[in-house]
Amino acid sequence: MTVGLFIPCYIDQFYPGTAIATLQLLEKLGVTVVYPPKQTCCGQPMANSGYEHLTTGCNELFIDNFSDFDYIVSPSGSCILHIKDHLHSEGRENEAVQIRHKVYELTEFLTDILKVEQLDAAFPHKVGLHQSCHGQRGLKLSQMTELVAAPFSKPLQLLNMVKGLELIPLSRQDECCGFGGTFCVAEEAVSVKMGVDRVADHLEHGAEFITGADMSCLMHMEGILKRQGSRVKVLHIAEILNSSAQ
Amino acid sequence: MSTTSTKDHAELAGQFNADEKRVDWHDETLWWIRQKRDKAVNQLPEWELLRETASKIKEHGLSNLSNYLEEFEANAQANGITVHWAADAKEHNEIVHGIIKKHGVNRMVKSKSMLTEECHLNEYLTENGIEVVDSDLGERIVQLAKEPPSHIVLPCIHKKKEEIGDLFHEHLGTPAGVSDPQVLTETARQHLREVFLTRKIALTGVNFAVAETGEFVVCTNEGNADMGAHLSEVHIASMGIEKIIPKREHLGVFLRLLTRSATGQPITTYSSHYKKPRPGQEMHIVIVDNGRSVQLGRKDFRNSLKCIRCGACMNTCPVYRRSGGHSYHNAVSGPIGSILAPNLDMEKYADLPFASTLCGSCSNVCPVKIDIHDQLYKWRQVIVKAGYTTKAKTAGMKMMQWTLSSPGIYHAAGKAGRMVMKYAPFAVNNALNPWYKQRDMPKPPVESFDDWYKKNRGNK
Repeated sequence: MTVGLFIPCYIDQFYPGTAIATLQLLEKLGVTVVYPPKQTCCGQPMANSGYEHLTTGCNELFIDNFSDFDYIVSPSGSCILHIKDHLHSEGRENEAVQIRHKVYELTEFLTDILKVEQLDAAFPHKVGLHQSCHGQRGLKLSQMTELVAAPFSKPLQLLNMVKGLELIPLSRQDECCGFGGTFCVAEEAVSVKMGVDRVADHLEHGAEFITGADMSCLMHMEGILKRQGSRVKVLHIAEILNSSAQ
Repeated sequence: MSTTSTKDHAELAGQFNADEKRVDWHDETLWWIRQKRDKAVNQLPEWELLRETASKIKEHGLSNLSNYLEEFEANAQANGITVHWAADAKEHNEIVHGIIKKHGVNRMVKSKSMLTEECHLNEYLTENGIEVVDSDLGERIVQLAKEPPSHIVLPCIHKKKEEIGDLFHEHLGTPAGVSDPQVLTETARQHLREVFLTRKIALTGVNFAVAETGEFVVCTNEGNADMGAHLSEVHIASMGIEKIIPKREHLGVFLRLLTRSATGQPITTYSSHYKKPRPGQEMHIVIVDNGRSVQLGRKDFRNSLKCIRCGACMNTCPVYRRSGGHSYHNAVSGPIGSILAPNLDMEKYADLPFASTLCGSCSNVCPVKIDIHDQLYKWRQVIVKAGYTTKAKTAGMKMMQWTLSSPGIYHAAGKAGRMVMKYAPFAVNNALNPWYKQRDMPKPPVESFDDWYKKNRGNK
């Protein structure tokens, strides 16, 4: 099995540690991982701003880079959801459709395709799990509190395999953090207030780390934590799952 | 957003957020209602099936709307109701005014109707010398405050009881400083009782209009629609064309969904069926299009017409809870308002589909399964293509497109960006950067993943 590693632009630029952890974790689990060097972005920042018609270049590039792989995996629920919902190509729609069916967010790839049942990881800290909306409600990585349906959570299933990790409860299990792409600057006041409230929920319950399957939400919350002078850190779930057992 | 609109959602929401304690109070009040909704719906194992069923009934109704409207009209007429058709808000207001004039009166009592808010009926009638008293308590409060409702089910949810006490002191003569809800409610009760007893004409909304029987159902918790209608000589009911349901038995689905979604109650306190005027009474129904048939013709947006106005999408929306209903500057606020409003005036409401993080919670609580957050995304595309956006935003997006379409430019730009953040942080950490106002920037790493990969795995 050869997996194409898709590293979203802001992870590439700002959070290389998340990308390295994703690569190492997949390799530890016996997967052959290839990182196509000519990748940039899924196109979501433009599409969510109403400019989906400007994403042709990103779409074609994505197809060039990834159509040959068995699976495409990325440590970002949001970018994967964008590809799944909106990757199109005028000349190569077949390839686009195939890609849309073989892209996976990291945690769902681990639970659904690799069927990981144990991990050699340890992280002896109090951790709050942020359910990013696009991963949760878009990719259905975990059950949503609005629905009358049986609970499940793919990220949680994996965090439960990590030795020493203590998961803290939250008052609001799956409320949005307010990042929302360009929303975070276009609607600055509401975005910040949503982030402040989300962070407060984790702090009140004693989190030392806030984790999740989407670095963009974590980046937003990190910006707020740092401004507050908090010592609580954000860490992508890949880095926790890849943390070596002592 | 557009050049002619006055204030957009972001600006109005910014003003609302100047008082953080008030935002917290607003957020917690509505979240409490969301929790009541959760508790109620979880008592019904068939909840998701009910939603699906309701969605399908509405789908069928919308797909055969003209037939059902004609069936409804014929049955209502056979029951002795006068049916009027209004193409738009203006025509609706003129029809209502015409009925009032015909009876030679200059005042009317009105129960809750978001359609009349949409048509700005109160303003129209006031300009024409007709006094309207809203009989829903929340509506009456915002009417005294000279404000529009901020929520379709809870019109004065943005007001604290002390502010309501002040309003009642000013308008209804309660002692200054009294904010006890029981005292205020009793005062409103006495005040409205006098109104109910003296108004010859009562206007109500319509929650459901049943095609097979020609009857309509009005849901209230206060019984105010009943008080007004039963005591009146003339009952006018205003309804949008989308209120049609084919059969009476379908009420068994919708009435179970409506109030559980709205407030967590199993059913509205009063779900009143109106079928025919009592002897000596006149009953009118005004059936209003006002842009609905245009929306019906928009493939991507037509099922927004399934809405039964429960307000659940507002209560769950993390943006609505923290920006207040008035920030949507439209009769219907929140997520559902943001997909309905652009149909009425794309330029004026171009900002609303962007007042969302697309978190999707609205679509999940919607009792008729409207794909609200997907429609917000689609409206964004329509609005940008129609040109209702700023040149600066378009220029920025084109720059982004240029950068992200070429790996070489992207990597060079990324490196340059990190260099700037490292050596000239003032270029990004300043008041002109909305991110930095209340958030720190991420610390730029020494190298990108791409750099790391080339260095560490380059020979693979």
